[in-house]
Parts: sequence; C-alpha cells; structure tokens
Amino acid sequence: MKNKSMEFIKEGIKKRRQRWILVTGILTVLACIFSCMMLLLGNTIYPLQDVIRALYGEKIPGVSFAVTTLRLPRMLAGLFAGFAFGVAGHTFQTMLRNPLANPNVIGITAGSSAAAVFCIVILHTSNAVVSIASVIAGLLTVLIIYILSRGSSFSIGRLILVGIGIQAMLNAAISYILLVGAEQDIPAALRWLSGSLNGSQMEELPSLIISVIIFSPVIILLGKRLSMLELGEQAATSLGVHTDKTRIALIVSSVIIIAVATATTGPIAFVAFLAGPIAKRLVGVGLSNIIPAGLVGVNLVLASDLIGQFAFDVRYPVGIITGLLGAPYLIYLLIRMNRKGDL
Amino acid sequence: MKQTHHFRAKNIVAGYEKKIIINDVSLEIPPNEISVIIGANGSGKSTLLKTLARLIKPVSGEITLDGKQISKIPPKQLARVLGLLPQSPVVPEGISVADLVGRGRFPHQSLFASWTNKDYEAVAEAMDIMDITYFANHNIDELSGGQRQRVWIAMALAQQTDILFLDEPTTFLDITYQVEILDLLTDLNKRYGTTIVMVLHDINLSARYADKMFALYQGRLVAEGSPSQVITETMIKGIFGLHCSVVKDPVSGSPSVVPIGRYHVK
Repeated sequence: MKNKSMEFIKEGIKKRRQRWILVTGILTVLACIFSCMMLLLGNTIYPLQDVIRALYGEKIPGVSFAVTTLRLPRMLAGLFAGFAFGVAGHTFQTMLRNPLANPNVIGITAGSSAAAVFCIVILHTSNAVVSIASVIAGLLTVLIIYILSRGSSFSIGRLILVGIGIQAMLNAAISYILLVGAEQDIPAALRWLSGSLNGSQMEELPSLIISVIIFSPVIILLGKRLSMLELGEQAATSLGVHTDKTRIALIVSSVIIIAVATATTGPIAFVAFLAGPIAKRLVGVGLSNIIPAGLVGVNLVLASDLIGQFAFDVRYPVGIITGLLGAPYLIYLLIRMNRKGDL
Repeated sequence: MKQTHHFRAKNIVAGYEKKIIINDVSLEIPPNEISVIIGANGSGKSTLLKTLARLIKPVSGEITLDGKQISKIPPKQLARVLGLLPQSPVVPEGISVADLVGRGRFPHQSLFASWTNKDYEAVAEAMDIMDITYFANHNIDELSGGQRQRVWIAMALAQQTDILFLDEPTTFLDITYQVEILDLLTDLNKRYGTTIVMVLHDINLSARYADKMFALYQGRLVAEGSPSQVITETMIKGIFGLHCSVVKDPVSGSPSVVPIGRYHVK
C-alpha cells in the first residue's frame, strides 16, 4: 500500500518537475533567440560572422559601432532588467498572495522614480547617487505603505489600496518636479518615467548586472521559504519559517533589483506585473516559479522591444508595447477579483 | 512511536496589541494523549493555542518544551517536534494535493536538497492515513471542504511532529466529516502516540474524544481534568452561562450536555 502510494505520488511530482524543466528550457531558448535578434537586426542587417567578430572586439567599420555601442547595451539592458522585473514582481505577488500586489501597482517603482527625478532635476547629483537614492526611496515607500496599511490587523487589500494612493501622490510629485525643473535636465529625468531601451549605454550596465547577479540568487535561495509564506503567516511560522526575517530579505532584495533596473531602463510597464502570472500558467504552482518568472520577464522585454522597433513604421519604446499587452490583463484581473470579492 | 515530551506553560499572559486576552494561565499538556481546550466565543481558546504554538509572543510567562523555552529553540528544529494546523490556512491557487502535503516537509529539508526518499515516504504515509492518496495529483480547488481539511491535516502529519496542535479542525464541516476527522486524529494518537491538543467548538464531541479537557473563561483557566471532571452542570453554567442537564452519552458513556433554553422544556 505505502510503496504503491509512494510511486503514485513520485510519478506526479516527477511529471510536474519535468514540465518545469521543459518550460524553463523553452523560455531560455526563446530568450537566446531574441537576444541574437537584438544584435542582428537594426537599420542595417549585418552578416552573422561580422556581428560575432565585432563582439570579439575586432574593429569593423560601421558594424563595430552599431553592434557594440548600440545593440549590445540595448540587448543586455533588456535582458537583465527583464529578469529583475520578472523576479521582483513575482516575489511581491507571491509573498502578498495577490497579483495586484506588485511594485509597479503599489507605488514602489514610483517611489524610486520620484527620488531619482528629484536627484537629477533639483540636486544635480551623479548617477551613482541617483541609483542609491532610488533604492532607498523604494525601501522607504515599502515601509510607509506598510505602516499606513497596518491598522488593527494586517490586510493585503488595504495594503494595495494604500499603495495605489501613494503611487498617485508620488506621480503628482514627479510631475511637479518636472514642471519646475530646468529644461536641460528633463530628458535625463524622463528616462525614469517611461520604459525604454533607447540610449542604453555600456557604462550604465555594470550596476544592473552586478545587482541582478547578487540578489536574484538570494531570492531564488529563499524560494522554498517564499512558498511557505504563501500558506499564510501562521502555517509558515509553524512550519519553522522565520517569517519576518524572510519577508525583509525578500523585500530588500526585490526592491534593490527593481530600483536598479528602473534606473537603467525606466519602469517598463506591466512586465513585473505580467511575468509571474504567465509563469504560473506555464509551469503550475507546486514548484518555485522564480526562475521561470524572470525568464518570462526577459522574453516580454526583448520581444516587445523587437516589436516596437521593427513592427511599425514608427519606432515605439518598449514600454508602450508592454503597456498595450498589460493593460487588458489588469482590467481582466480587476473584474475577476471584484466578482470573487477579493478586492 | 512518537517521543514523550514535556510541554508546560507557566503564568502566561498574552493578547493582541494592548488587549490582554489570556490572563495568567499555567498548564501542562499530558504527553501522548488527546487534550481539548473548550470555552465560549471570545474566551481566548484560540489565542491560547496560538500562544502555545509560538504564533503569538506572550507578554509574560514562559512556555517550555522539555524544559527549554520554545522562543529559544531554532524555529526549524521546533517545527520538527511541534506542528500546528491553523484555523484558516491559505490555499495557494491551483496547487496539487501532493505538492501541498509536501510543504509539510519543509522543516526536514535543507536549503539546497530536493526531495529525499524519506520525504516521499512521509508524504505517502500522511496521505494514506488521511485517505487522500487518490487525489494526489488533483488540483486542491477540485476538492470538497471535508477533503480539503484532510489535505491540511495530511500536511501537518507529513511534518512528522510528536505534538500536533489543531485550531478548530472540524469547524464548517458536516457532522459526518467532524466525526471522521476526530476518528482519524484518534487513530493517530493510538497508533503513534502523537500528542494532540485542539480547540473544539462542540462540547459533546470534545467530551467523547478528549483524554483531558481545559476550560477557559474570560482568558483564565477555570477547570482542567478528565471530561467527567470538567463537564458538570455547574461547570457548564460557569463556563458558558448555560443551564443544562448533563447526561451519559448512550454511545460512549462520556458526559453529554443537554442544553435547557426557555422553550421546549417539559
């Protein structure tokens, strides 16, 4: 009896694990294909061997500039920022057990943006200070939302509504800063308001790449604990999870990568919001979906940027395309949650 | 067979924010037996259980497991001895039954390792006991309330603790399922010697299944002992403010409360 049950259970779990591997594999292959397309496509399509030689540092007139100065940074920014948005968005959604509980929706990204715009337009600080300020502001926004929504007992619905309110206030603050700011500072500040891979530069990438390489593994290692948190505070505690410490570590890591990613590409609309639910659809719920969510983020950003660049007569920034994808899903989600009484 | 543990609470005061709900309660959980905490709504029984299970930090007093303060035992280590099934755990949408039960293995797993044979064994055993193996690969959303409750208990069983706390495990279930769940928990206690502590609403079922009862009134422990010691007409009047007649349960011989209201009294 017991052995038979064991085999039966093992079989199911193995099947779900195989699906995870298959989905992750396909997402990785897709990400590679999109990355290559980002390098190959452009105003001029260069032969593959020229692109490869240019990447290896050979100086080929025309090709080298287009590939290493324009296309490579654009591709890398999309790749790492997409991963960061996907991982951080999924972490918040899972931790708070609500797809709306997302850094973009509840104002964390807006907090980072407001601080960055303030530093650029009013204080005229260096890029490093802007990045640090945006991370700190993101964390402070979390803290403020948490304190304001605490009430007599913790409610996720209240937290989301408070977050949406905070976001509106922060956006108003950003608009005001832009209004009073000097004209020459505005282009740099606008970067923080809408997502675009245009003008990504090699020099901006190290901080993004390093923080993603350091903090995504932290989140991935905490993945098992994250799935325990999903069972609710009490169940997680009685299963031996230090819920407060785990939550703080997850929030800090997520806010850092999302703030740094936003500093590089701007808030690419809805990627953090869509990646988790799409990954969940593809993989299922039993296993940790952090890596698939990150990969879905990468694919969303790269594919949308390719569409934005080449599908129309006019070039659109990536945020417009992801916005077009994400907005209907947000509306669908709101309607569905309203019906279920989750809001 | 489960190990014997000494679980004691001494002078605990506990509550939420500034409101004191549990006032100076001291008790000792009898090892390898079934204990039931009873009391009226708002008497603090659930708060007491949560405090004992370290979900609420007591304001004062101490709770010890084998002489060690539970707040000083590393959480994962404690989770291998002491399990709790909360009153309303959250179901992750779309999870399969086996995956959910498998989460009970968390305190036994290391940071990196995936499932070992021992994990599979524990999950299979828990699911067999709760008779839900058939549903292993079903989505939990497809199950009925009674089946879901068996899944949650299976998750707590997969945790393989010597002591198991349950916060109203039979609430919202039909009478048939209530009896079924209590029978399964008794199986567990008889077969493995698992120490069970639960909060129950139904006094008569409590009296039938409990080895020991703890009665709370306004946050204080007002009675403890065997069902026949605790369930008396005066005690029920004191704890619940209810006039009643206590008779012998014709099936089990345990005391049974027959309430006396203002109507339908001969």
